[in-house]
Amino acid sequence: MTTKLFGEPVQRREDARLITGQGRFLDDLGANALAAAFVRSPHAHARIRDVDVSAALDVEGLVAIYTWEDLPGLIAEPLPLLIPHPALTHGRTGHVLARDVVRHVGEPVVMVVAADRYVAEDACALIEVDYELLKPVVGVEEAAEAVNLVHADVPGNIGAHLVQEVPSAAGTSAREAIEAAPHTLAFRLDIERSASMPLEGRGVYARWDADDESLRVYTSTQTSTSVRMAVAAKLGLPLPKVEVIAPDVGGGFGVKIVHPWPEEILVPWAARLLGREVKWAEDRREHFISSAHERAQVHHVRVGFDEDGHVLGLDVNILHDHGAYTPYGIIVPIITSTQLVGPYKIGAYRVEFTSIYTNTVQVTPYRGAGRPQAVFCMERTMDRIAAHLGLDRTEVRAANFIQPGEFPYDQGMTFQDGRPLIYDSGDYPESLRMLKELIGWDSFPAMKAEAAAEGRTIGIGVGCYVEGTGVGPYEGGHVQITSDGRVHVSTGLTSQGQGHETVFAQIAATELGVPIEKVSVVTGDTRRFGYAVGTFASRAAVMSGNAIALACRKVRDKALKVAADALEADPRDLEITDGVVHVAGTPSASIPLATVAVLSNPLRYAFDQEAQRATQFAGPSSDDRPPVEDGEEPGMEGRDYYSPVRSTFASGMHAAIVETDPLTAEIKILRYVVVHDCGKLINPMIVEGQIHGGVGQGVGGALYEKMVYDEHGQLLNASFMDFLMPYATEVPRIETAHLETPSPLNPLGVKGAGEAGVIPVSAVIAAAIEDAEGITIDRMPISPSDLYSLRADTRLRKTQ
Amino acid sequence: MKPPPFDYHRPARLGEALRSLAEAGAHGKVLAGGQSLIPLLNMRLAAPGHLVDINGLTGLDTIAADTSGVRVGALARHAAVERSGSARAAQPLLAQALRLVAHPVIRNRGTVVGSLVHADPSAEMPAVLALLGGSVRLASIGGERDVAAADFFVGPLESACLPGELAVSAFFPALPERSGTAFCEVARRHGDYAVAGVAASVTLDEDFRISAARVACVSVGPVPVVVDVTGVCGRRPPASVDWDGVARAVQDRIEPEGDIHATAAYRRHLTGVLVTRALRGAAREAADGGEGRA
Repeated sequence: MTTKLFGEPVQRREDARLITGQGRFLDDLGANALAAAFVRSPHAHARIRDVDVSAALDVEGLVAIYTWEDLPGLIAEPLPLLIPHPALTHGRTGHVLARDVVRHVGEPVVMVVAADRYVAEDACALIEVDYELLKPVVGVEEAAEAVNLVHADVPGNIGAHLVQEVPSAAGTSAREAIEAAPHTLAFRLDIERSASMPLEGRGVYARWDADDESLRVYTSTQTSTSVRMAVAAKLGLPLPKVEVIAPDVGGGFGVKIVHPWPEEILVPWAARLLGREVKWAEDRREHFISSAHERAQVHHVRVGFDEDGHVLGLDVNILHDHGAYTPYGIIVPIITSTQLVGPYKIGAYRVEFTSIYTNTVQVTPYRGAGRPQAVFCMERTMDRIAAHLGLDRTEVRAANFIQPGEFPYDQGMTFQDGRPLIYDSGDYPESLRMLKELIGWDSFPAMKAEAAAEGRTIGIGVGCYVEGTGVGPYEGGHVQITSDGRVHVSTGLTSQGQGHETVFAQIAATELGVPIEKVSVVTGDTRRFGYAVGTFASRAAVMSGNAIALACRKVRDKALKVAADALEADPRDLEITDGVVHVAGTPSASIPLATVAVLSNPLRYAFDQEAQRATQFAGPSSDDRPPVEDGEEPGMEGRDYYSPVRSTFASGMHAAIVETDPLTAEIKILRYVVVHDCGKLINPMIVEGQIHGGVGQGVGGALYEKMVYDEHGQLLNASFMDFLMPYATEVPRIETAHLETPSPLNPLGVKGAGEAGVIPVSAVIAAAIEDAEGITIDRMPISPSDLYSLRADTRLRKTQ
Repeated sequence: MKPPPFDYHRPARLGEALRSLAEAGAHGKVLAGGQSLIPLLNMRLAAPGHLVDINGLTGLDTIAADTSGVRVGALARHAAVERSGSARAAQPLLAQALRLVAHPVIRNRGTVVGSLVHADPSAEMPAVLALLGGSVRLASIGGERDVAAADFFVGPLESACLPGELAVSAFFPALPERSGTAFCEVARRHGDYAVAGVAASVTLDEDFRISAARVACVSVGPVPVVVDVTGVCGRRPPASVDWDGVARAVQDRIEPEGDIHATAAYRRHLTGVLVTRALRGAAREAADGGEGRA
């Protein structure tokens, strides 16, 4: 195979389109569609007494107004609970339009369809909803006290409760191990709310073809195939009559894997009912109050350890703020619980979480999906142990590492995919060695002393993580070589800017031996591929990458067989180079793949030169055999699926040096270093881009972003004025190094890379600030004002 | 996020604009750079019946500088004033402050006079006008009037510009010889409104002792808080001023409030730090010969 593209830093093929404004995002489509807008609840908790639309009826350009009472059949039922779990004893979902009680500010109550969005919003402003105010439940600890209930039929506001116990090898429980340990510590750790916050919000555009009785839906989603099934089911349409397409999607980060969103049902329903194209593009305020948030958790940690820092027992109790509903189940706290142990061998582990309802926006996975909280817990624990024992922080970590010879390593728990939590491969000691070298860990004390002499305060922090990636159950790939020599690749999962058009083309070009220019890739279009799960859990490269490779291998085998017949050669002697099949060592005995594609189809109208040329290769046909033999198919195409036994586990370690201003308490990241292991790299440049973006979001979570709810359940910072995402100016230069420990679980040896960058950032920055300031950091994010308050509190304690 | 309905006026002449504003009265709003007004409209936080777009008027994009100061017209963009050599020479504080105003894209469109009329107590330009004791010229069909900065900023997002009036220009006076200025602020992110910020001016006498010193503080009161600290500085050379004492004097005069970005205590502390930084910077510039740092 001479066309070696796998592993090369191939330029992203989608960028020219995306950065010159040629991308086609949801709101670029359907210029003549009617516009939908929504009246959303201004209250966190209220009963709807009456909806009076009369004042809106005179608005010129109004087409329709819908409330829950207008909804037929399944559409009026609660939204599906996508991922049930036995521990989720009180799962609750909302309605596409609120039925009687609204449970968070932003819940949709009325849908308006009008000539354009301006008119639709004018009409919304005139609709009067009469609410009976109910007591709002805000704050996870307040909610746990259950003075008031979010759902009248959910006692204690408890949606789910789960305990996982992994006793030591000797059978000791975590609590026993902690009691018996030479040293114990107990502390509390907090992480505040943030959100995916993609640049493009959600959006849906639907058109109904009355003659064909078919529906086409464009939606800014991370799973077009599942939206298709949901729409067909809710609208009672035959599945083949529904097409769902994810156009260019301006970021997802988790929020767009949730489906169906109310608007994904309502917009197609209205389009069919009205016989008109209807579109809804979410605005930023809607995204803040009507989509999903994540991260908020309170953790109570107890740990027992020995003189060398070995963790003998770890007991973590998590209060998870789930917001008003649980459409995506309890994936986030499950991931926190299971991924908390990271690259470590914990003597005995107990983790318990309680998932609590509050009258706030629902919580569903956001890039990292519970792992930033998990890593914050584990890594802050490691730092506390080191501080308690007076040991170097990296030594304590190294003392607990799973060693390279111990894989596969069974952590003794059940992971998010319902499969055993067994790590497939990794090399944590080497990763730490690389990290320490890159950041200059051992020379940092001298650097710190030098800075102190200049009156500057600097600190260093480190954080390690293991990330389960590439969860099943499956993805598929379809590959077709047409008679013009072009290679058409499709897979069902969707793209939100990751670079799939590039990496999947690299895989196909490498497998088939064709120039990458000949390869085109389509994702997330149910017209091209009907079976898929979606893009989340850092799974696209692992799942679709392998599926496409397998499909390519099928096509390659067929191409070699057809070419062997034509060249009167043994298929085993054939190679494909630059799109030409030839006998190894005899380049003159060759046939272009394009011609092979023609030969693969007995129907051979000479539409093009290739078909004409193919006739010279056409062998004599046999009168007593069918043109298409049993077990054969016409055409040069193949389809295959990849379905793993379990997830593959990527890992990484980050370190940062920060400077804190002694006067203003400003926090500046001086250096940020990443060692990353996602198995075999398909495209190192794209992996680095993923890491950069992830770290950028991590910096947001560590220093800037929080959702501030007041006691009434109003989100006080529902705009980019006050919800502070870092600009490029706030994200440091990121230095990266790659380690490649291939996954033994899949043909390409790859692991996921999409979420990695964000995961340990809060832990690392907290550690670095703690090191700089000598003040314990136990909640994130931290602002200069927070640091100022911590300094003042510390001074006060010292003087007391 | 679409604005409620309004009547759009795009006058070609000033008189026409003033007539439209007079007719619209309290229901009229002037559109200049639109960097604050358009978001307010889109979020339906403002619902004026009439929008008078002055971008079609000629002769309002002027920046006229002489030894007395700089007069900035209603359509002079932040970026143009920031880049104007003559404005910088006559009043260096303008450029010092403008580089802190949001981001280049916003400065390309936003106007200095619009920022003054918007009267955000967290914004830089009101503090500059207040510190320098400048004025705003308001025109209406009845004539023109100049309002001094001290009277112009009435409260948060509230200025002395009345319905029917158009702010046609603002005047930023120059400072005497041996003066220097500085603008120091801390923002959460690059280009954000300041958590706290201080504009300072210092004038030295012939013996390089402080003869005048003033600060204007942002984000710590309903309007820019101007404090004359000449007396607290004493007639001393900058090196022997008790800067901590000066900072405390200013901290006593501000009324910071806590919000989701910073506590009141942090704002008070930060203002003290920035008062010292800004005054020392201004004093250094004064000693270096005025424009030394510009």
